[in-house]
Amino acid sequence: MSVPILEVCDVHAAYGRIEVLRGVDLSVPKGAVLALLGPNGAGKSTLTRVISGQKKPTSGDVHLGGVDVRDVRPEELARVGLCTVPEGRSVFANLTVEENLLLMSYAGVPAPAVLDTAFSYFPRLHERRHQLAGTMSGGEQQMLAMSRALASDPALLILDELSMGLAPLIVDELYETVARIASSGVSILCIEQFARTALRVADYAAVMSGGRVVATGEPAEILRSMSDVILGGAA
Amino acid sequence: MRTEPLLVVDDVVVRFGGVTAVDHASFVARSGRVTGLIGPNGAGKTTCFNVISGLQKPTSGRVRFGGRTISHTPVHRRARRGIGRTFQRLEAFGSLTVGDNVRVARDIRAGLLGAVRPSRGDVGGLLERVGIAAYADERADSVPTGVARLLELARCLAGDPKLLLLDEPSSGQDETETEAFGVLLRDLAAEGRGILMVEHDMDLVMSVCDELHVLDFGEVIATGTPAEIRSDPAVQRAYLGYSDAGSETRTDLQPVETTAVIPAVTPSTPRNSAEGALRAMSTDFHGDPGGTS
Amino acid sequence: MSSFIAYTLFGLFSGAAYAIAASGLVLTYSTTRVFNIAHGALGMVLSFVFWDFSVRQGMPTLLALALVLLVVAPAIGWFIARFVARDLGDAPASVSLVVTVALLVMCIGVATQVWPQESRTILPFFAGRTFGIGSATITAHQVITILASVVVATGLYVLLTRTRIGTAMRASVDNPELLRLFGGKPEQVAALAWMIGVSLAGLAGILLVSTVGLDYYALTLLVINAYAAAMLGRLTNLPLTFLGAMGLGLLTSYFPGYVHLDGFLAQVQTVLPALFLFAVVVALPQAQLRIGQVKGIVSAPLPSPRRTMGWSAALLLLVALLAGALSEANLLVVGRAAAFGIVMLSMVLLTGYGGHISLAQLAFAGVGALTYAKLGEPTLAGLAVSVLVSAAVGALVALPVLRLTGLYLALATLAFASIMDKVVFQADWAFGFNGLLPAGRLSFLGHSVSSTGAYVVVMTLFLVLVAWAVLVLRRGVVGRLLIATRDSAAACGTLGLDVRWFRVGLFALSAGMAGLGGALYAGLRQNIGSGDFIYFNSLLLLLFAVVAGVTSVSGAVLGGIGLTALPELQSSYPSVAGMFFVAIAVFAILLAKEPNGIAGHLFRLGRWAQDRVAPRIRANLPRLPGAGGEDDLASESEGVAHAH
Repeated sequence: MSVPILEVCDVHAAYGRIEVLRGVDLSVPKGAVLALLGPNGAGKSTLTRVISGQKKPTSGDVHLGGVDVRDVRPEELARVGLCTVPEGRSVFANLTVEENLLLMSYAGVPAPAVLDTAFSYFPRLHERRHQLAGTMSGGEQQMLAMSRALASDPALLILDELSMGLAPLIVDELYETVARIASSGVSILCIEQFARTALRVADYAAVMSGGRVVATGEPAEILRSMSDVILGGAA
Repeated sequence: MRTEPLLVVDDVVVRFGGVTAVDHASFVARSGRVTGLIGPNGAGKTTCFNVISGLQKPTSGRVRFGGRTISHTPVHRRARRGIGRTFQRLEAFGSLTVGDNVRVARDIRAGLLGAVRPSRGDVGGLLERVGIAAYADERADSVPTGVARLLELARCLAGDPKLLLLDEPSSGQDETETEAFGVLLRDLAAEGRGILMVEHDMDLVMSVCDELHVLDFGEVIATGTPAEIRSDPAVQRAYLGYSDAGSETRTDLQPVETTAVIPAVTPSTPRNSAEGALRAMSTDFHGDPGGTS
Repeated sequence: MSSFIAYTLFGLFSGAAYAIAASGLVLTYSTTRVFNIAHGALGMVLSFVFWDFSVRQGMPTLLALALVLLVVAPAIGWFIARFVARDLGDAPASVSLVVTVALLVMCIGVATQVWPQESRTILPFFAGRTFGIGSATITAHQVITILASVVVATGLYVLLTRTRIGTAMRASVDNPELLRLFGGKPEQVAALAWMIGVSLAGLAGILLVSTVGLDYYALTLLVINAYAAAMLGRLTNLPLTFLGAMGLGLLTSYFPGYVHLDGFLAQVQTVLPALFLFAVVVALPQAQLRIGQVKGIVSAPLPSPRRTMGWSAALLLLVALLAGALSEANLLVVGRAAAFGIVMLSMVLLTGYGGHISLAQLAFAGVGALTYAKLGEPTLAGLAVSVLVSAAVGALVALPVLRLTGLYLALATLAFASIMDKVVFQADWAFGFNGLLPAGRLSFLGHSVSSTGAYVVVMTLFLVLVAWAVLVLRRGVVGRLLIATRDSAAACGTLGLDVRWFRVGLFALSAGMAGLGGALYAGLRQNIGSGDFIYFNSLLLLLFAVVAGVTSVSGAVLGGIGLTALPELQSSYPSVAGMFFVAIAVFAILLAKEPNGIAGHLFRLGRWAQDRVAPRIRANLPRLPGAGGEDDLASESEGVAHAH
């Protein structure tokens, strides 16, 4: 079996003395989509920050493509093929759509190619290319954010709470995009609170709780246990 | 004639720029009851708390407390009328000890008169009550999250509030702590306090709350007892995501059909330049090209 | 009509220069979140460099200009971004304020060191060449300035909207973390912003220098105009900033032309920009209360009462001995140190415990001194009235700026200090311009403390009493509240505290303490003038407070000594006078993130000594007068466990 694109080994991380990650083990096989589920405060977003290089773990290792990347800066990771779409609206609200796309060229793909990909996949963005990103609807903003994943052809894509605050139909549309990116062979770590939504596109799933990964497995079995975690035990 | 509930949130709207965080939300909390405010991330729960406690001005709508409209009352006066709150992102006084955190709350409550007298009495008792007496002399920025949350609760209780707004009080606590916390909540409610709680631990919510309001996209989409809420299809959709299956119950929580479109797990050969670059990092950063193939 | 055109042209010229300066300020702030107080000072230094190149070394003007703006200024900007301002954007506003104030003082130090005081002139560009517009004329230099502002505006527009790095600059305003995830480098962007910012400061300085004169302070403080314009653009909006600068330029040009100037109004003219700044800052929309993570800072340990007592007695004894031995002149120096110590203590309360930065503490001291001198009642009652008046003025300042924190509060107090300095202190009914007011020595129950030695002992006694008061406050309810409001104002609000009025009270108390220091100083000197309270010294006061340690009483005493020693040292070693400024600035930059300053290090040293070599050589420990000494734990380990 080939080396996983992402391997997280016993990662601990803390804010001050407050430990948020307490020994996370996780691995994403090359070309696979892993859905990472779990309640609020489980440490999912902190894990994203650790993998993307924004936060230094207190201990443990992160390997991308078999290489230890613990001390690599986030912009360097971004330039070599790690695409992180963080929680919330991950676009620059005070820049126009076109300017947002222009900045996506930092990841290594020339600006015209980025614009091409984005506009051909989301014609709506072309209509709004001179509009400030912050004035678009939440769904359109996420489309813009997803353009980076589409255009930069990453080795690993991390999506953090893509659906937050979005209407179900929009979420469906976004996940179709995720499915399409996945079908092109991109490895994806997809963090999501809506278990069903994420499990639709996932090959594997993992559940985080209290700073640890508490379950991993096939989407179907995870979904069954998730409903307990999310909506309360069989009371 | 029925008396008005302790807290009435009436048609409150909060907009930040173009984003509507709270959308015509209306709900109540009663004395002696534990009321849960639940909903997915970003549903506007914390914003609701900020509106009730006065840290956020609503765009429209009003808040009534104890039979009086308090929409324009400043934060500190609302506190003096009996609204206490804790914070999701903790707001403990980090440079003070746990005990002094509670003492500050008592001093503030005692007002000018209290400022000239040294505070005395039941700071220890309050810490004991929430179960963190052992941490009394530690700095608040050095205690675990769970303890800091309980500290915020104790600090709140020092002001003897009629209504407690608890924002994710159990996150950072383990199972036994959460259980003890549930008992404490019932206890506080039994004293006649109203408790309004935002919480993600559904075991806790379902076991201690008398009534639940479910918020989604800033709107109250359901209100009822825990049992009613759990079987409400709208709530299921809000929490577990949308599916075409219409009304569902817990028994048919199955993966939706679209899973069929999942691509093959094992990809073909290295397929793009970025991945090549990722691999090249081994030389860039470590001088060791091995490991990837 | 022709005079109107003339005023307008001059207004446009100064507006253009302000606009250039302000746009540099805005560019730096909006990209890095660091408000560069030293913007004007950098412009001043670069003007001196320009003089050096073009006049002293005789380079062609254009070459000198190019070297300054395209080589020297960017190099300085890069250096600042790389070594001084790094990570400052995420630091509390107080840290970046201290660092940039230190930069300002460093610039002045460097300038006085490299180019000692002498008469220097820089001629306007194309001196003598003028153009007629109707009946008015405009000089070539003015035309160049206005054109330069247009070029700068266009250049910035193109950079920010047409290039990727410019777009990244605007993006890093929005969200630098996200920019990293895109693969952009916020550090690179910040360095570019600093390089351009410093270069624009230089351009503005060089364009203004022929009007203002090559002076260390005039050019440095002229930047208040730029602050005001930048504030109008909320520090981010360049078009509004340009508009504000032009408006301010025209206003300052029309005002003397159309308002009949005599007495009071003449002075108002000099502070128009400061008034404008104050008004803009006060009118800014209310910021939300910060809600964030648990944060605490490690404060200096509190001394036990027994220790405080011991150090106080030691200090009093030392001063009493000195009083008998020192010359009159040296006694004045000791008294000055005590007065500054008291003013520093007012900052311990406000800044050290409360977390607010005020750049007006010396102005409050001036109010105390002025009241004391004007009352002509050198008794305890007169002293008390002086303190109350200062406290009332402090409260008055705090009222309009109630909702301001951090940078805005600091700028509002800076504006207030400059207004007090120029309008009030120099007014005829006050000290008068370059004037002195007589002030009597304090008397107790009819006995005047006439000998300087005795008076200095009395001042030290006041210092000790104020220090005790601060410590008692800190130990008690108020102290806990101070720390609590600093750590989380939002939480204090939800616990029932009216945070804003609490702050007004804090400001009043602190201003009253500063006023006490000022009044006592007036009595010491026996005549006092506005020159003793120039507002630039408030900046030095802040630096010394930070370097010595603003969180402890011992730090305040050290700071008072330092602030007194500085001018003495400078006049003893005039050849390196500027280097003292540079040294204190470097210390301040190094210590800005360590809130306890030198005093904190001394405490640690003291504790180390106590732990390691304690019993044997305790008697020989080096002790600092007035220092609070080690913490309670240490005294308890000595078996003196009655610290409560």
